Amino acid sequence: MLLYIIRRILFMIPTLAAISILSFAIIQLPPGDFLTSYAAQLAQEGDLVDEEELEALAQRYGLGQPVYVQYWKWIKGIATKGDWGQSMEWQKPVAELIWERLALTVVLSMSALLVSWFIAIPIGVYSATNQYSILDYSMTAFSFIGLGVPGFLLALIILYLAHSQLNMNVGGLFSEEYMLAPWSWAKIMDMLAHIWVPMFIVAISSTAGNIRITRANLLDELNKPYVETARAKGVKETKLIWKYPVRVAMNPFFSTVGWSLASLISGTTLVAMVLSLQTTGPMLLRSLTAQDMYLAGTFLFMLSTLTIIGTLISDVLLAIVDPRIRLEQ
Amino acid sequence: MEQARNDHVLVDTDEVLLEIRDLKTHFFMDQGVVHALEGVDFTVNRGQTIGLVGESGCGKSVTARSILSIVPPPGRVVQGEILFHRAPTADRPGETVDMAQLNPKGSLARSIRGGDISMVFQEPMTSLSPVHTIGAQIIEAISLHRDCSQEEATEITVEMLRRVNLPQPEGVLKRYPHELSGGMRQRVMIAMALSCQPSLLIADEPTTALDVTTQAQILTLMQELQEEFGMAIIFITHDLGVIAQMVDYVVVMYLGEVVEMADVNSIFYDPKHPYTRSLLHSIPKLGRKSVEGLTSRLTAIHGVVPDPYSIPKGCPYHPRCHDAVRGVCDTDNPTLHTLPGDHKVRCVLYDD
Repeated sequence: MLLYIIRRILFMIPTLAAISILSFAIIQLPPGDFLTSYAAQLAQEGDLVDEEELEALAQRYGLGQPVYVQYWKWIKGIATKGDWGQSMEWQKPVAELIWERLALTVVLSMSALLVSWFIAIPIGVYSATNQYSILDYSMTAFSFIGLGVPGFLLALIILYLAHSQLNMNVGGLFSEEYMLAPWSWAKIMDMLAHIWVPMFIVAISSTAGNIRITRANLLDELNKPYVETARAKGVKETKLIWKYPVRVAMNPFFSTVGWSLASLISGTTLVAMVLSLQTTGPMLLRSLTAQDMYLAGTFLFMLSTLTIIGTLISDVLLAIVDPRIRLEQ
Repeated sequence: MEQARNDHVLVDTDEVLLEIRDLKTHFFMDQGVVHALEGVDFTVNRGQTIGLVGESGCGKSVTARSILSIVPPPGRVVQGEILFHRAPTADRPGETVDMAQLNPKGSLARSIRGGDISMVFQEPMTSLSPVHTIGAQIIEAISLHRDCSQEEATEITVEMLRRVNLPQPEGVLKRYPHELSGGMRQRVMIAMALSCQPSLLIADEPTTALDVTTQAQILTLMQELQEEFGMAIIFITHDLGVIAQMVDYVVVMYLGEVVEMADVNSIFYDPKHPYTRSLLHSIPKLGRKSVEGLTSRLTAIHGVVPDPYSIPKGCPYHPRCHDAVRGVCDTDNPTLHTLPGDHKVRCVLYDD
């Protein structure tokens, strides 16, 4: 097992190299670069475009150089100095910009993920074991509504209701006084007070989906002969359900951990924009439209790394929970 | 008359282990009610081996599941008695339990299930949990029914695995089902079923999914274990060759009813019911001529088992029966007649 993991990690290096080249190339694909979109933006706002300033910027970021030289400079900076380059739009190093947002995103998405599992699995198990009962039908109705209503719409409705009925502002992860404050115990407590509404909105559609997945998987397992064997042994019904078919029905959850990691960064973009959350989604979107290439490149690189790590975690988890797919004994 | 009164008492009351009386199990489907069992009666004595024979869909497996009260929904026992005579133990005297009346999920039903009556299923490939070790699955059964520590349960498990002739039982303990062959898995199932020393073992086509060599080994093993443990066996199969090798007494079922029952020799050498005769004629045999005596083609039973939603009126077998009497067989379903030698048959041909 350990050997397998080491081998997989070694394989990740060339994969990541290939991905970094690809994502860098894709960022460069649209015509123009950051400067053209910057100039266009200035022109749109009625400002004069200062050719000399543009020239200076081009010099500073090495934009005139061929793509492979730019790529090499970027990747060498990452590998040797941990320097992810400069964000042109924010005029700050990329590393300074993303870590806090990344941490917030992970906290928000992970808690939403866990909440969604903790709600969805018991409900799904109940729905499957009491198929076609009134509660099963109500949960099915709830799931389809949850799946059908986009998160951003839900966010808008909740924002509106909270504002008009309760006169509360539920957007954002912090109160105003903590927004720009350095991290402190008080700021963390403030975040914990604010995180509920975004977490609920982010969790709701995946909860709905997970209920359906649990129910469908469990229905497949409930009629398998091994369940009958356990029943014929005299195992208590509740224990039997959780120990045997639910255990097998959970496997797909472990195999989706891989994608959930990557969707941490990009998954909740729309909700985050509506609720003005300082997460990575909106920043990634903005960096792509502005052709802020080092920032966008870093995000894409992070996304791919998380996908690869997530896939590895999925594989290892699956091997732990399902002995049938272990490679060696 | 004397014979009829003693229908349910075959030898001696102390010897009777299980009495099934007028058992009806129905499945309430959206399309209608399926009468899977329409009044089944038979008795199992201690240490006896009973064979339950019939085509697919005749109710053999539903009978087994009714006895264990694990009929899958939408099925349910709707009528009849399943009297199980529990042997006395150190803690309690012997008692008679009607399995048909018990709450299937209740503690008494669960303590009998797996403890006093256990079952070996048809599909060894899928009947064990794929994500638990062999050891864990057998130890669970032992811990549920026997008062012993984890270590003792492990010891019993190793002993049982050795008893069913699995090589390196300590190693098998830690293995998962997919690492074993079909025959080995069926041995594990048997070890698990016998680990609590049940007084009745129900074997639902235990060798159907296995190749012939393995089948022979498993059957021999079951005979050896029966001699050693002394449990009664209900052997469910459609393989009459297996019946001839294994059982003392045969119950032939057709569409949820017992059509004939007698000791194994009477069934094979003097079958009464036309269905039993057709079944015996459909066994391939070297050098045998067909009924017509000319060709060597195998005689198949004419027709197919009727659709469960439209059981024919009268005797359910009459549309396929060569001896059917028009105006009699298609109006009333005959009752079970007792012929000399405790041979019971449900057919108008034996009306007085």
